[in-house]
Amino acid sequence: MSTTDPLIINGRNFASRLFLGTGKFASMDIMKDSLVASGAEMVTVALRRVNLDQPEDHLLSNLDPKLFLLLPNTSGAQTAEEAVRLARLSKASGLLPAWIKLEVTPEPRYLLPDGDATLRAAEILVKEGFTVLPYIQPDPILAKRLENVGVATVMPLASPIGSNKGLRCIELLEIIIENSTIPVIIDAGLGKPSDAAAAMELGADAVLVNTAIATAKNPLLMALAFKQAVEAGRQGFLAGLASTHQFASASSPLEWLSSL
Amino acid sequence: MTPSKILADFDPEIAHVLTHKKYESEHILSLLEKERLTYEDFFALVSPSAESFLPQLAARAQSLTLSHFGRTKQLYTPLYLSNVCINQCVYCGFQVKLQIPPITLNEKEIVDNYRYLSAQGFGHILLLTGESPRFAGVDYIERAIILAKHFFPYVSLEVFPVSTSDYERYAAAGANGITLYQETYNKVLYSTLHPKGPKSDYFFRLEGPERALLAGFRQVGLGTLLGLTDWRLDGALLGLHAYLLQRTYWQASIQVSFPRIQPISAAPHDIFPVSDKALAQLICAFRLFLPQAGLTLSTRESTDLRNKLIHLGISHISAGSNTRPGGYTRGSIEPGQFETQDNRSLSDVMNMLIDQGFDPILKDWSTLFDSALKTS
Repeated sequence: MSTTDPLIINGRNFASRLFLGTGKFASMDIMKDSLVASGAEMVTVALRRVNLDQPEDHLLSNLDPKLFLLLPNTSGAQTAEEAVRLARLSKASGLLPAWIKLEVTPEPRYLLPDGDATLRAAEILVKEGFTVLPYIQPDPILAKRLENVGVATVMPLASPIGSNKGLRCIELLEIIIENSTIPVIIDAGLGKPSDAAAAMELGADAVLVNTAIATAKNPLLMALAFKQAVEAGRQGFLAGLASTHQFASASSPLEWLSSL
Repeated sequence: MTPSKILADFDPEIAHVLTHKKYESEHILSLLEKERLTYEDFFALVSPSAESFLPQLAARAQSLTLSHFGRTKQLYTPLYLSNVCINQCVYCGFQVKLQIPPITLNEKEIVDNYRYLSAQGFGHILLLTGESPRFAGVDYIERAIILAKHFFPYVSLEVFPVSTSDYERYAAAGANGITLYQETYNKVLYSTLHPKGPKSDYFFRLEGPERALLAGFRQVGLGTLLGLTDWRLDGALLGLHAYLLQRTYWQASIQVSFPRIQPISAAPHDIFPVSDKALAQLICAFRLFLPQAGLTLSTRESTDLRNKLIHLGISHISAGSNTRPGGYTRGSIEPGQFETQDNRSLSDVMNMLIDQGFDPILKDWSTLFDSALKTS
């Protein structure tokens, strides 16, 4: 299934449509086992937690770049300028690819992204040759503006990060997916495998999960459950879900009605 | 009205009633289900009525801490730069009357300690001083910050309150956070406990965190010295302080610490005991009220209790602490500010965390966040 339906971001193929974060795990070993179990090929790394001047950095040395694309994120940045500088430092270190998950979160509680600052930072980073994957609130207009400045994907949140509440912003996510010509990765707030399946059924191109896996009693099993849920949701989407719209369509052709 | 003014005007009688009245069990249980608590809800959670629901309170606190911090705990190390102090806090081991040998680290000693602590792996240092404009004033602290930034990405201060412009100097030097304990929110008691010296100005201290935030600090830590008076009342007002700051300074991280007074034999004081159970109730109530706030527990507390409380609401802990100035490299024998109870080394604490299923975090900051701050 996945081999015939790859996700392509900036020319790179991803067989798995599940991306993982590397924070909040109890240990490096549990994190690594969970990443492998999830089948993820893209994992995010918080730049503020790594020592870019030390190639033997604990986190980076534990992530095999042959297995995963390591996607550095700018978490902790409160302004566009901070995010841009962090991205440049990441690129300059030569330890990480010139891809960046752009996060600009001016308030530390809900970590909601600042759309205006994100757009400004994205514009700068795209011009500098970065592959930019911005974390945004589910704002369809912002998603189009970001697309216009050349970002590789948009990553709207399903509900506030760490909340495990699932697809609370579904109406807006549907509009983003409907209008987008670049991959839409639903990020943040997916608390259960069924949330991930539902996101994929909507037509999301991929999902990113961290808290729900890292804080599960059995993270490895949860990673596997998310993997299967993402695959099932994707297949459901591709298979053409039966309509759930208000006016149900009949199951046999009704053309004869019009000739009456 | 600024948060400090609201707090200073808050009627202590109302706080007393709300933290001591009898609440119905159904009401307390309903608060455990509620997602966003008001300060009145929080006051109910620190009341005696909530005490019998401690297991349920703890379960909720544990789950919120897990959601927001995952299986990680942040570690930091304190460094006492100077024990010289012109204040007379009657409960403190550094007060001027005790005539302890005055020690203020010189630059070489400071750097030796930084080098030692940095080599251990710490990425967050907390610098502490007494209050002595002559021996360890603003210039001295500013210099200590500048030196610290060569070794640690994250530098926070636990020093006497200063003006906004002096806080600006600290921020420009690279300091990221400040901790300023009000000690008690009971103004009358405060005057009795701080009879002389600059610290006798209650409101100047109360406003300190706001001045620091206006000066560009991103993180402020609050606390009361538990044991000076009724912990329910002081704890409730501490929560209100944190809440008011968070609402006004929405970009700031507000942290809360829970220091219980550790008596120094030479400084007798009538202590209102705060039991382990009380401490647990207070910490859990804070976690429910401020789900995303960093909650800190220092080595004042015992190994056993720290091991337990990290499972409830605590997100930040110190390790391998020495409360004597430069005590990491000097092998000094003079008394510290208080006696530490948990004397495990950093690696022991890290191993304990790992054994208990937590990932110890030593670095959680990029210095790139520093200079942008000054211009924003």
